[in-house]
Amino acid sequence: MGLEDKLFGVHGKALELRSQRLNLLASNIANASTPGYKARDIDFEAALNEATNKGTDAKQAMKGAMGYRIPLQPTLDGNTVELSTEQTLFAENAVKYSTTLSFLEGRLNTITRALRGE
Amino acid sequence: MAGNPMSIFDISGRAMSAQLVRLNATASNMANAGNVTGTEKEAYRAIKPVFRSVTDKPGVATVKVENVVTTDAKPVKRYDPNHPLADKDGNVFEAAVDSSAEMVEMLEASRMYQNNVQVMQTAKSLMLQTVRMGK
Repeated sequence: MGLEDKLFGVHGKALELRSQRLNLLASNIANASTPGYKARDIDFEAALNEATNKGTDAKQAMKGAMGYRIPLQPTLDGNTVELSTEQTLFAENAVKYSTTLSFLEGRLNTITRALRGE
Repeated sequence: MAGNPMSIFDISGRAMSAQLVRLNATASNMANAGNVTGTEKEAYRAIKPVFRSVTDKPGVATVKVENVVTTDAKPVKRYDPNHPLADKDGNVFEAAVDSSAEMVEMLEASRMYQNNVQVMQTAKSLMLQTVRMGK
């Protein structure tokens, strides 16, 4: 266990995974009109479990938990990006990133206060 | 991408450029809709960009415009012997542009552009929040 894991607990890894997932969902939205593009996403819980319990780095955990999105309706050009799904997940992921960030900030404040000895 | 991994700004930024190319193609098509020429060969034919995804690492991909193709839609032949451009049979040829389809294309391109702007804005504000952490 590295120092940052001791300081930040699950939140350090969670933030990293959230940021990677943000990239993934942005890619899906960017390719919304590319014929034949297959949307991808990760199982966040599985990735976080792998990163925290087995201590693998975020990149490896991402790879293990990645899969293709199953579209609600097939399209003629083979594109599986459904903007309603992707945008909802993107928004949700952004909010959760913010939440994780405030948890981290809380930890940081605690440690700073302890160091100051006030 | 040259060496460094693709950031969210690359992903959305390049997608925006691609949508802009699409919007430009639509604008050219709309501008030429209803154009009349004397020969079938000279008549304007609608142009369309071809999108292709560019993958960085698994799952992270942006878009590029591979090329812009000219569609093979047939120009509309119209009998109009009084037209100054009419050929010897009295026919003129109208540009092969479906204006309602172009209108739909324009709306879709602008919506997709907006989506990418929104993604970028969200990512930017999250990054700024992260930078300010602990201050």
